[in-house]
Formats: sequence, C-alpha cells, structure tokens
Amino acid sequence: MEAILLPLVHAFSGGVHPHGNKFTMDFPCVRLDDFSSVEILLQQHIGPPSVCVVKKGDHVLVGQLIGRADHPMTVPIHSSVSGEVTDVKFVISATGTPIEAVLIQSDGKYTVDPSLKPPVIQSKDDFLKMIRDSGLVGLGGAGFPAHIKLNPPKGKEADVLVVNAAECEPYITSDYRQICEHPDEILDGILSVLKWIDIPRAVIGVENNKPLAIEILKHEIDKRVLAQKTGIPVEVRALKTIYPQGAEKMLIYSLTGRKVPPGMLPQDVAAVVMNVSSLRVIGKYLKNGIPLVRRRLTLDGSALVSPGNVNVPIGAKIPDVIAASGGTKEEPSKIIMGGAMMGVALDRKDCGIIKMNNAILVFGSREAAVPPEAPCIHCGRCVSVCPMKLIPEGIDRAARLKDTEDLEFYHVPDCIECGCCTYACPAKRYLTQSIRNGKTLVRAERKRVADEKKLRETEIKDQTGKGAHA
Amino acid sequence: MNLQVSSSPHIRDTATSSALMRDVALALVPAVIASGIIFGLRSIVVILVSVLSCMGFEYLSRRIMKRNNTLSDWTAVITGVLLAFNLPPTIPYYMVVIGAFFAIVVVKQMFGGLGNNFVNPALTARIILSIAFPKAMTNWAFSSGPFDFMKSLTGADLVSSATKAADAVSSATPLAILKAQGSAGAPALPSYLSLFLGDKTGTIGEVCILALLIGAIYLVARKVITLWIPLTYIGTVLLLTGLAGKDPLYELLAGGLFLGAFFMATDYVTSPVTRKGRIIFGISCGVITSLIRLFGNMAEGVSYSILLLNILVPHIDRFTVPKPFGGVKKNENA
Repeated sequence: MEAILLPLVHAFSGGVHPHGNKFTMDFPCVRLDDFSSVEILLQQHIGPPSVCVVKKGDHVLVGQLIGRADHPMTVPIHSSVSGEVTDVKFVISATGTPIEAVLIQSDGKYTVDPSLKPPVIQSKDDFLKMIRDSGLVGLGGAGFPAHIKLNPPKGKEADVLVVNAAECEPYITSDYRQICEHPDEILDGILSVLKWIDIPRAVIGVENNKPLAIEILKHEIDKRVLAQKTGIPVEVRALKTIYPQGAEKMLIYSLTGRKVPPGMLPQDVAAVVMNVSSLRVIGKYLKNGIPLVRRRLTLDGSALVSPGNVNVPIGAKIPDVIAASGGTKEEPSKIIMGGAMMGVALDRKDCGIIKMNNAILVFGSREAAVPPEAPCIHCGRCVSVCPMKLIPEGIDRAARLKDTEDLEFYHVPDCIECGCCTYACPAKRYLTQSIRNGKTLVRAERKRVADEKKLRETEIKDQTGKGAHA
Repeated sequence: MNLQVSSSPHIRDTATSSALMRDVALALVPAVIASGIIFGLRSIVVILVSVLSCMGFEYLSRRIMKRNNTLSDWTAVITGVLLAFNLPPTIPYYMVVIGAFFAIVVVKQMFGGLGNNFVNPALTARIILSIAFPKAMTNWAFSSGPFDFMKSLTGADLVSSATKAADAVSSATPLAILKAQGSAGAPALPSYLSLFLGDKTGTIGEVCILALLIGAIYLVARKVITLWIPLTYIGTVLLLTGLAGKDPLYELLAGGLFLGAFFMATDYVTSPVTRKGRIIFGISCGVITSLIRLFGNMAEGVSYSILLLNILVPHIDRFTVPKPFGGVKKNENA
C-alpha cells in the first residue's frame, strides 16, 4: 500500500511529459568489438585528472592501469582494449575542454590482464579501495567519484541507499536493459554496498512506464529471500512517469520524502544515490575483478539505420560506434552525447566514449531543427514546470540584462538544468541556455566581490601594519 | 561535415505561442455568434471593423518600425475581438478605429510589441474611449430584440433596430439600473435566465454568459488558462457584494465580470506567472471591482480593477517568487 501511496504523497511539483521515444526498449544489448583504435580520456570524473603511467609504444592489456589516481578525488583509468599505445596527447573533449588522452591501437584480441583477480574484502576500507580500483564514477551522468560518495564525512552517514533506475530521459533505455539482463549483478552490488558501508536499507526507484523492469527486480529480490530464508532490506518502487523523476533531488524526495536543501548534497539528508548501472559495475567487479572498461549505451535518433543498445569499450570513437552499429541513413545534423533533455550536442564527431555516456543520439535534420525564439508572452508555463520552483522567465530576463543582483534574487544557482522550462516554452525561448549564462555571470560576480574583499583586507592590514611601525 | 550545436534540451513541446493564441481566438467565437444573435448584424460589423483595424495597425506599425510582421501570432485578432466585446453595439465605427489605434499602436507596439505591453491593450482602449466619448460608450439603446436571429439574417433588423434605437434612448444596463434606483428598479430588471442567455443591455461581448462559459470551458480544457485568476476574482466579488447585501448572482451575471475574469484578467502578458501571484491578482481585482460597484460612481468596475492590477503585476511577481525546492527563503537581496 505504502508503495502505491508514497510516490503520490511525495510528488514534486512541476515536471514535463515529453514523448518517451523509448524505441530501443526491446533491443537486447549487443557487444561491439570491431574497433581498431580507442581514445581514452584521463579525466572522466569530477576531480583532477589521473596521471598517465604508459608511454608511446607500450603494450597494454584489457583492464590494465593507464591513469594512476593520485589526488583523493581522482579515479583511476584502465585500458579498454589490448594493443599498443600510439600516442599520449591532449584532445578536445565533448564539453570543449582539452583533456589528456591515451590513444591505443587495438589488436582486436581483448586479452585481459592476467593479474586481475576478484577483490577480497574484509572491511569498509577494503570496500572503498575496491570501489576506487574499479574505476567507478557516477554512471548516471554526473561522473562523481563513487568512493567519495560512499564515504561521507562523520555525522552524515546514509541511512538509505537510493538506487536510481528511473531513467526519465527520453530515448535512453540502457539502464532498463541493464535491469532486464543483469538483475543478479545489480542486487549483488546493492547488497555489498549495504553490507560494507553499513546502510540499513535500499530502495530502487523505477518509473512506472517500465513494468517489466519492476517485475524483474522484484523477482530477483524474492529469489534471494527464498534462497536465504530471510528478508533483504531492498525494496522496489514504481514512480510516476514524469521528467525529471531521475534528477537526484527529485528522486530522493519521491522515494524518501526528504528534500535536499539548495546547495547541499544527498548526504545532508542521510541518503546516498547511486545509478543502477553503477551498482551493476560493483556487482560485476566483485565477481571477476575487471575494472570499468566497457560501457552500455543506447544508440538512437532518426539518422541511424539500426538503433539499439550496444556495449562498447570506453574510448571507442563515436563514428566507429555508429559505423559498427549499422551506420547512418542520412547525414547526421546533430550528435548528442547523453539524453535529449540534458545531453551535450557535439561540435565534432571524433570524441571517444566516456564512462558516463548512457546514450549517443544521432539526429537527422528534422529532429535537429532548433525553432527560432519568439518574445516571452509571460504565460508562466516555465514557472509551473520547474521542479526546483524557480522563475525561469525572470532568470532569463535578468541573464540577458546581465543583472547579477536580479539573478541572485531569482536563485539562479539552484537551477539543475533539467531543461523543463525550455521544453515547455511556447515561445521557444532558449531559457536553459540563458540560465547557464546567468550562472556563469553570478559565479564571476561572486568571485569578483570575494577578490575585492580580500584585497581590501590586505590593504587594511598593510595600513595597520604601517601604523604599528610609526 | 557541419554538426548543429545547441544548448540542451534538444527536444521541444509542440505548443507554440500562436497555437495558444489561436485557441483563445477560438474560445471567443461562441460569444461572437451570440452577439450576432442578440444584437443583430451591426455587432458583427463592429467586431469586424475592430479586428480588421487592429490587424491593420499591427501590420502598419511593425512595418514603419521595420520589424517583422507579427500578424500570424493571432494577438491582434484577439485584441480586436476583445475591444469590440467591450463596446456598446451602437458605437460609431470611427470610434472603434480610434480604439484599435490606441490598443495596438500606443499600448502594445510603442512599448515593444507582444509580451512587453504592461497593460491589457483592449481594456485600456475601452477606458480611453469611455473617457473620450462617454455618451457614445453608454448608449445601450440598441438592445434588446430578444433573439431575433431570423430578422438579423434577413436584414430586416437593420431597419427595425434604427427605430428601436429611437425608442429606447434611456435604456441602461441592468447594473446601472440597480445602481441608480436600488431595489426600486427591480421590476425593470431581467430575470436570471435572460441574464445568463444574454437578453439584456450591455456591451457586445459581455451579455451572453452561456457563450462566454463555453469559451471558458474550452480554454481550461485545452490548458490555455488556469482557473486561479477567474475563480478567485469571481469568488471575491460574490463574497463581498453578498456581504454588502447585494444579490451576488446578479453581480456575476449582469455586468462584465464574467468576460473580464475569464478573458481579460487571464491575459498572459499582463497577469502574474506564479500561482500565489495569480491568487493575489484575482482577489485584488475582486476587491476593487466590489468597492467600485458598492461605493463608486460607476455601475461597473471590471475594466478599472484589471487595469490597476495590470500595473502592479511586476511587483506581485517579485513578491511571490517562491523559495526553491527544499529551501528556506533567502533574505531579500539588498
């Protein structure tokens, strides 16, 4: 009963209902191996880049360490193919920033590093080290290092593990296929996190447009309960299908009724959120000890010949992935890394797949068309769909006027950039883009004020110092 | 190969401004038809003159200001219909054109066009006309051939209406009768049913509540408007006039309240964006309308109260910025 009522009670306000376009739901994941070379970025997480430990000419194996994690926030990077390192150089990443990358010529054999063994875990520290060694980052898209997320500061320990299987983005079905194909490893991952991080319970949130995934997860839980003859503290809940149900703050609220305050993290409400695919990585790593070197992703979009779900080595170039899946039937007009609501439109094709990639959308000219902007008619749709209860219309106006005071007044830093306002706007205004500009303006202004304050303080100190001398 | 780059989201809802405005225009059609039935062909001609001159002024002013043509966004049509709806059926055509000029050129385009006018163009034009031409704006003599639709079709009514106008110079709207004579005027007042169907004196668009109700239901069903403003507005008027000992139902059915609450106060551009703001807007409109009707000189009060609140919308919007999800409201920025 609670399972039915709770999502109704804790329904966040706002949200939109884009067409699901989950055309690839029934397409089992296909493993693609036909890649002659890969380009593996040495920074695929939030935090400083890892340090390259291979050089041109080295022979590497699948799972071998190529980027060492020195900084606490850094996650190690492993080779996804076996073959020869052809170059180590800076490349332009999908977001436009230069990042060091290791280029490897694949020998096509995918020989796994023989030194890799399933990890032995005896303590929480072992577990956290294991998580880090696996190269795991938040696979939902943020790329937050998992070993940091699972090790909150004292006093902020989680009492619930929120498993994000909402997959509210249109087109994307990679998490859905993950659940359908590997529920056992997902459960292994969840139970190991509960056990070693000492979290009393887990709750998996799945949007109710994926009833099969809900049934499969429930069945998997029942199987374990039967086998162990004791209950397990894992629960599956159907969530209302509404975008952005899978946004961290919305999901925590839907599943626990807790609201993460602006500028705070899930740990501040004693919750930890992990993507269902991240948990499967843990479950799998516990079994075979092979780090995160492959990624499942959804390929879709009108320009593709055969959309579907594929499993590719990390670092595989996007054109190679598209070609290996069947190629394009029309010249792509827009290539999106990620979902249609929050993904990044690439300005060049030859980027490598990264750990957080859950989809590549290849749009033809009709899908890619961006409607022209019309004047704001003040209809308030952006306000009513904003899950963060912001006033996108006001932020848009302030951002265009570069009025940082007004931007702060409208709480611009709290925007989660889900895109609901832009989606709903009948005047087709580029609200999310404008809000991003607004955020940049506010950050710059805050820095300027802080710098000025610092400068003034040093001046005062200097003057008082001089006074003391006299 | 050129790849298109744009900020996310990469998909958009199908709703467009012009589609929404087309829905509003469609919602006004029942009342247009009703006015034709009630007042005869002349009211349709007034509506046509108003719409065409609004469209003409919109086209010309955009052209002169070297801006893009905005006729296809339907807003000039809506302003035209709403302006005509606020005029008596006897209004001389040149006054309609003057009204259209003020609505489109002065109130709308001179402030930057769609989305930038801070008051409702049609309402402002109506007020300007009633100040400039008080007599013509209160000449209700044209009404009320009860549903002589057949006559209007045959054209016979053009003759008869002229005689009717001569006969009934002193006609006043039901609210005006009530205002002037109190309950003593009761015998001259129409019944609830005739008020609801539109068999009464009044402006072209306000008389037939049934037709307006059909349009309003359409707008709500199509999610073009929300009910916050109309319901709080009407509710407040009913409550306050009721408390003051008036017949609240009469206040709703006899005057321009229904037209104002559903079609004028809900104008996107000149109403608040937040739910709280809309409730404040509706209640305030209701309070001012009631005060004017109870204590003011005028029998009506809808136009002035909406106009006054239009001016306050930017302030209402600022005062009703909600606290973000999960947040406590920060101190107002100094």
